[in-house]
Amino acid sequence: MTRLPAWADYVLIPLLNLALALGVAGLVVLAIGENPLHAMRVMIEGAFVYEGALGYTLYYTTNFIFTGLAVAVAFHARLFNIGGEGQAYLGGLGALLVCLALDSWMPGPLLIPLAIAGAAAFGALWALIPALLQAYRGSHIVITTIMFNFIGAGLMVAVLAGPLMRSGQSNPESREVAEAARLPFIHDILNAMGFDIASSPLNLAFPIALLACFGVWVLIWRTRWGYALRAMGQSEPAAVYAGIPVARMIVAAMAISGALAGLMAINTLLGAQGKVVLNFPSGFGFTGIAVALMGRGHPVGIVLAAFLFGALFQGGTELDFEFTTITREMVLLIQGLIILFSGALALMFVPWISRLLGREGGA
Amino acid sequence: MTTPAVRLTGITKRFGPVIANDTVDLEVASGTIHGIVGENGAGKSTLVSILYGFYSADSGMMEVDGAPVTIADSAQAIAHGIGMVHQHFMLIPDFTVLENVMLGAEGGALLRDGKAATRAELLRLERDYALDVDPDAVVGDLPVGMQQRVEILKALRRGARILILDEPTGVLTPAETDRFFDILRGLRAQGVTVLLITHKLREIMDVTDNVSVMRRGKMVAHRRTAETTREEIAELMVGRTVSFEVDRIDAVPGPVAMSAHGLTWHDAGGVARLSDVSLDLRNGEILGLAGVSGNGQSELLDILAGIVPVQAGRIVIGSREVAAQSPADPAQMRRLGLAHVPEDRHQRGLILPFDAAENSVLGYHDGPRTGDGRLLDPKAMHAHCAALMARFDVRPGDPRQRAAGFSGGNQQKLVMAREIEPEPRIMLIGQPTRGVDIGGIAFIHAEIMARKAAGCAILLVSVELDEILALSDRIMVMNAGRVVGEVPRAKADTRRIGMMMAGVAEDSAA
Repeated sequence: MTRLPAWADYVLIPLLNLALALGVAGLVVLAIGENPLHAMRVMIEGAFVYEGALGYTLYYTTNFIFTGLAVAVAFHARLFNIGGEGQAYLGGLGALLVCLALDSWMPGPLLIPLAIAGAAAFGALWALIPALLQAYRGSHIVITTIMFNFIGAGLMVAVLAGPLMRSGQSNPESREVAEAARLPFIHDILNAMGFDIASSPLNLAFPIALLACFGVWVLIWRTRWGYALRAMGQSEPAAVYAGIPVARMIVAAMAISGALAGLMAINTLLGAQGKVVLNFPSGFGFTGIAVALMGRGHPVGIVLAAFLFGALFQGGTELDFEFTTITREMVLLIQGLIILFSGALALMFVPWISRLLGREGGA
Repeated sequence: MTTPAVRLTGITKRFGPVIANDTVDLEVASGTIHGIVGENGAGKSTLVSILYGFYSADSGMMEVDGAPVTIADSAQAIAHGIGMVHQHFMLIPDFTVLENVMLGAEGGALLRDGKAATRAELLRLERDYALDVDPDAVVGDLPVGMQQRVEILKALRRGARILILDEPTGVLTPAETDRFFDILRGLRAQGVTVLLITHKLREIMDVTDNVSVMRRGKMVAHRRTAETTREEIAELMVGRTVSFEVDRIDAVPGPVAMSAHGLTWHDAGGVARLSDVSLDLRNGEILGLAGVSGNGQSELLDILAGIVPVQAGRIVIGSREVAAQSPADPAQMRRLGLAHVPEDRHQRGLILPFDAAENSVLGYHDGPRTGDGRLLDPKAMHAHCAALMARFDVRPGDPRQRAAGFSGGNQQKLVMAREIEPEPRIMLIGQPTRGVDIGGIAFIHAEIMARKAAGCAILLVSVELDEILALSDRIMVMNAGRVVGEVPRAKADTRRIGMMMAGVAEDSAA
């Protein structure tokens, strides 16, 4: 296998893949009869320039960071966790149950950490069953986690349309949690400090996500457990030889992965919306796979990839407003192309780049 | 003089800053067996890869049967009558011999005609070259030696008159190797030119007509095999005189450090791989475990190391008894003072994408080698690894280099260094010098001897009988999962051990 210098591997190749995805998307825009450059400008302005736009972008980025980290942690053990969507959904249930039980009397500084723990615990639990089946029965984790997304979705419909439905309503959603359980909005904090910031759903879940990135970095690259996890991911026979308990590691890795996915729920439930609505993860769990792939499983890469996907998501909304011919689906197309080029075709450029740089595979 | 089958002139090939082949000349006479020897990384594989069209040379000329040729891919090589059998077979295990040989020459959308034609051709080839294989046997069920025949038949079926064999005997048992050499002689008798790439000197002396020696990308000598000696070739390969003899230290056997009693093990298919194996391993001695590979040695090592759980029987180390009801994983075995150099360093001994420093703590990552604190200490790991690399002469001595980037010998030294460093009381050592060059072999043997002198109890498993004879104080022979017998070093010789490896019990072998 050809090896590239780090800068080409981590910077040049992802940028090339991104450029190619945008290029192909541009051709599609052209085919619809619109000007791709104009569409590009609308997206960039929609994601960064308009009032509150950056806040929205970072809000979505937060979701992608959590789900991207979740996929990355599992992937370091060579486990493909496709269940981020369901784990995030169940995470919402965990946090919600804590709030419903305690928010009538418990003050925020106690309640919020408990709700966060509830989200992580339920996410972990939802990943735990496929993990146990993989570790001790050999059921393939990809299949089981996909299936658990459906089971989770069904469960949440039953719960949100049943016992947890807001009384006197016919919408399948929970009641709003008390103010004490809410994570403060960033614009409120900054306005209180004297800055004039437009309002957006961006809340304290964002710095928590960045903390989680640092935590994951320490866990994977600076702990003995992380070493064992990576060893297992790279070579299971070597891990067994080293005395690493593979089955237990699978369970632990998936539990952490599920917990991270579950934490996505705090951004919406405790942050922006204050309630759990039907299908709130709305694909962020799945896109986490692309984020982790594009971010090469490293927290720094994941933050960058999450920011890109957050900007696409927010910019896409603006496309929808601006053009009658272009809908939000265009963003899905661009996302799909990015996933295609940075995931499935990630190695496409490698031989050409390495020839350009004058490096060929060794004997 | 007749036209040579292959003539290479001034072949040069660079990989970045590395010159893999530096103006190499080679002439292979038609209808001969020609050996190319050299240490790992000397450039042998690169050279034949150029001939077979995997790489293109940066400069130089190739002639086949006197005519200048350019070979850009393997299809062109085959068109020029060049066939290659790779070190790792390119066979589809679920297909039959016939289907594998037919691959790429099916001759039409329906298989019926192609199959009939191939069968006729295959039977003719088997007859002409005395290569018996059942055309309808499933390849995956065949022993390795038979699979190799299938590879050769595949090449011949495509009209190969010049056959390149890359390290063909690495996977063969001694008996299979002998039969394989007979096949090569048969091919030569039929006018096939054989190019044999190897680093085993004995094979060169046994079977080749001519030999070319490579060292660090350069062709350093051509010899007629009959006019040279093993020692001369060895010296040419490494560029200095090496001794095959190990400086032996006589055993002063101490108390039993580890013992096994009645170990029996069945695989998932219910086949008994080990039957009632018992042994005592004493401090200060080396117990050699000889046997044709696949006769239970690997399973025994895995069970003793804790990788595979004990099913029946028990292992005793000091006061600890390991049995089915009281299992011990490899980590616990390590804490009991056992170190294990696994047979397969690529799969088990090393994690190839990890750097040397990370590999130097594998299995010991919970201990002080990764630092004193709660978190890993990369500085401590690097310093520790650099010291190990210096002590065990691992080159290049860069803790940040990935394990995959080291030569076989240096990879093995890294594994040995890691396992020897904690001064274990018991060592299980599997295939210590497989794929290791001569300089590395001497170094590793000396290290094993030094451990013995320090009182370590060592169990040595090797497919190289010479290695076992050179190092061991006692030799235990296994056949079909059973211990056939045990011979003290003084009474051990190749013939006697060989009989026992074939399953003839010691009493009748004597």
